[in-house]
Amino acid sequence: MRNTAMNMVHKLAARDERVLYIGSDPGAGTLRAMSKEFPKRHLIEGISEAHIIGMSAGLAMEGFVPYVNTIATFLTRRCYEQVAVDLCLHNLPVRLIANGGGLVYAPLGPTHQAIEDIAIMRALPNMTVICPCDADEAARMMEQTPDWKGPIYIRLGKGGDAIVSKAEHGFEIGKAILMRPPGEVLMVTTGIMLQRALAAADLLAAQGIRAGILHMHTVKPLDTAALLQAVRGTRLVTTLEEHVPSGGLGSAVAEALIDKLGSGLPAMLRLSLPDRFMHNYGSQDSLLKKHGLSAGAIATSIEHALAASHTSSPQLHST
Amino acid sequence: MIQISPHAEAALTCPLDERSLYLRRLVLGSVRSAGRGHVGPALSLIEMVRVLYDDVLRIDPKNPRDPNRDRAILSKGHGCLALYALLADRGFFPLSELDGFCGTDSILGGHPEYGMVPGVEASTGALGHGLSIGVGLALAARMRERSYRTFVLLGDGEINEGSVWEAAMGAAKHGLDNLIALIDYNKLQSYGPTDYVLPLEPLADKWRSFGFAVQELNGHDVGALRTVLKQVPAVPGKPTAIICHTVKGKGLPAAESNADWHHKNKLTDSELDAIRVAVGDF
Repeated sequence: MRNTAMNMVHKLAARDERVLYIGSDPGAGTLRAMSKEFPKRHLIEGISEAHIIGMSAGLAMEGFVPYVNTIATFLTRRCYEQVAVDLCLHNLPVRLIANGGGLVYAPLGPTHQAIEDIAIMRALPNMTVICPCDADEAARMMEQTPDWKGPIYIRLGKGGDAIVSKAEHGFEIGKAILMRPPGEVLMVTTGIMLQRALAAADLLAAQGIRAGILHMHTVKPLDTAALLQAVRGTRLVTTLEEHVPSGGLGSAVAEALIDKLGSGLPAMLRLSLPDRFMHNYGSQDSLLKKHGLSAGAIATSIEHALAASHTSSPQLHST
Repeated sequence: MIQISPHAEAALTCPLDERSLYLRRLVLGSVRSAGRGHVGPALSLIEMVRVLYDDVLRIDPKNPRDPNRDRAILSKGHGCLALYALLADRGFFPLSELDGFCGTDSILGGHPEYGMVPGVEASTGALGHGLSIGVGLALAARMRERSYRTFVLLGDGEINEGSVWEAAMGAAKHGLDNLIALIDYNKLQSYGPTDYVLPLEPLADKWRSFGFAVQELNGHDVGALRTVLKQVPAVPGKPTAIICHTVKGKGLPAAESNADWHHKNKLTDSELDAIRVAVGDF
């Protein structure tokens, strides 16, 4: 996914002279081909994220569309004030390409694990937050970015994630993709949780439970219309995210449902990482498993929640 | 033992001409109307802003978004009263706006906002942002082959921020001689002396070592400011830093070198009297 997104910056730069790449201190050879073809638009500016965000704001004020790239935690925590003031307050078209969203850097520990990035980026007015699920979707997403007004935070996965997105679904920023029609359960996913949701849906189907999947690649602006459409007739809405429980996809979905449905809310199950820093290493996959986000654990959690909802919550009816 | 710069001593006794007094009347008029404002930081800055807007910047108040205009960013956004006075006086917006300073529906807030105030290039107030934005503007000028210059006004307390030095390294890396940093070195920040809060000396050597061509002057000496600012870049191929030795609260004796006048959110009768005595009734 990361290589695809990077190569897309090069491709976009080839047809749009506004497009710049700005890296802090990325891996050796990052976008080497672009650095040779467009040396003036391939900028490596050092481990100085606060400065890079301000500089990218200045370049965007002059009509450029900078794609700023480093590790997700450094692009969010280190320079949050610059992101808020220089990018969001001025509403400038800077794209933040965040390597290693979620637990991609699991073995490197909590300084490198971006577990609250969606929440803090989503909280900023004018910010758009996108979490593609695989390399193909990342490519389609990147195609949409040069002309999007305002800043975008792009949370990239590890790379090598199974390709589950489909070309026929297309990609439009802010438009969710219904991957499976809703049944008594609706799973809402973002990023690479889609793959796990698809596997969990198969497991549930084997138990006779129909589970739909709404892929919310854009967490902000949230596609509330698609969400409301998809929850009709469902008994349980489950959100899946590689993120702390506060402020991420689960919060966004809950807020939207409360705002739009008032008292007629479906039962909700928010599956996420716990509200704590990870002090385990291993791999992204091993940590997701450890925190109940394997396909099997997701299916089991949904079965339990569904059983509980049969006795406590009304089914939502189509209107 | 740190030597006190002769420019700093000159700033203390530097007389103010009628235009400088007039601009102080505008600043203090806003303060009186609102009953608040960053008084000291604006008064130290006035001659720097005055010379920029009167004599140096290639700007047209009737066409504030001209792509070829020189860019100026007040990175020490809390000095905005000085900027507002100059922008109003130069016709970017009516002088009457100054009376609405900090009002609910005023365009003039306690820190300047892009899109709200004609002539303001960037929203500032959080410190340590302006020089990086300036690097971006200056780099864009080079990439677009435009001749505009970018001037960034920084506070001395502001350069406590590490991001300023990140930006300085970036400016030097790119050899941005179309970027000029002016440091309002009034030697007093919110709490007290810069030497106490976080010593800056040797300040000129710091900027030199970060790759800037450095000039030092008395920041209330209009003639010296004109001379230096009309000869930028000081060294081709290098960004310029102009250290302007100033006096916080300059021109208002009660406020001069007095940290209590950094920011006021109400004014007593005696403070209003002090303003009247200093600049006359207005």
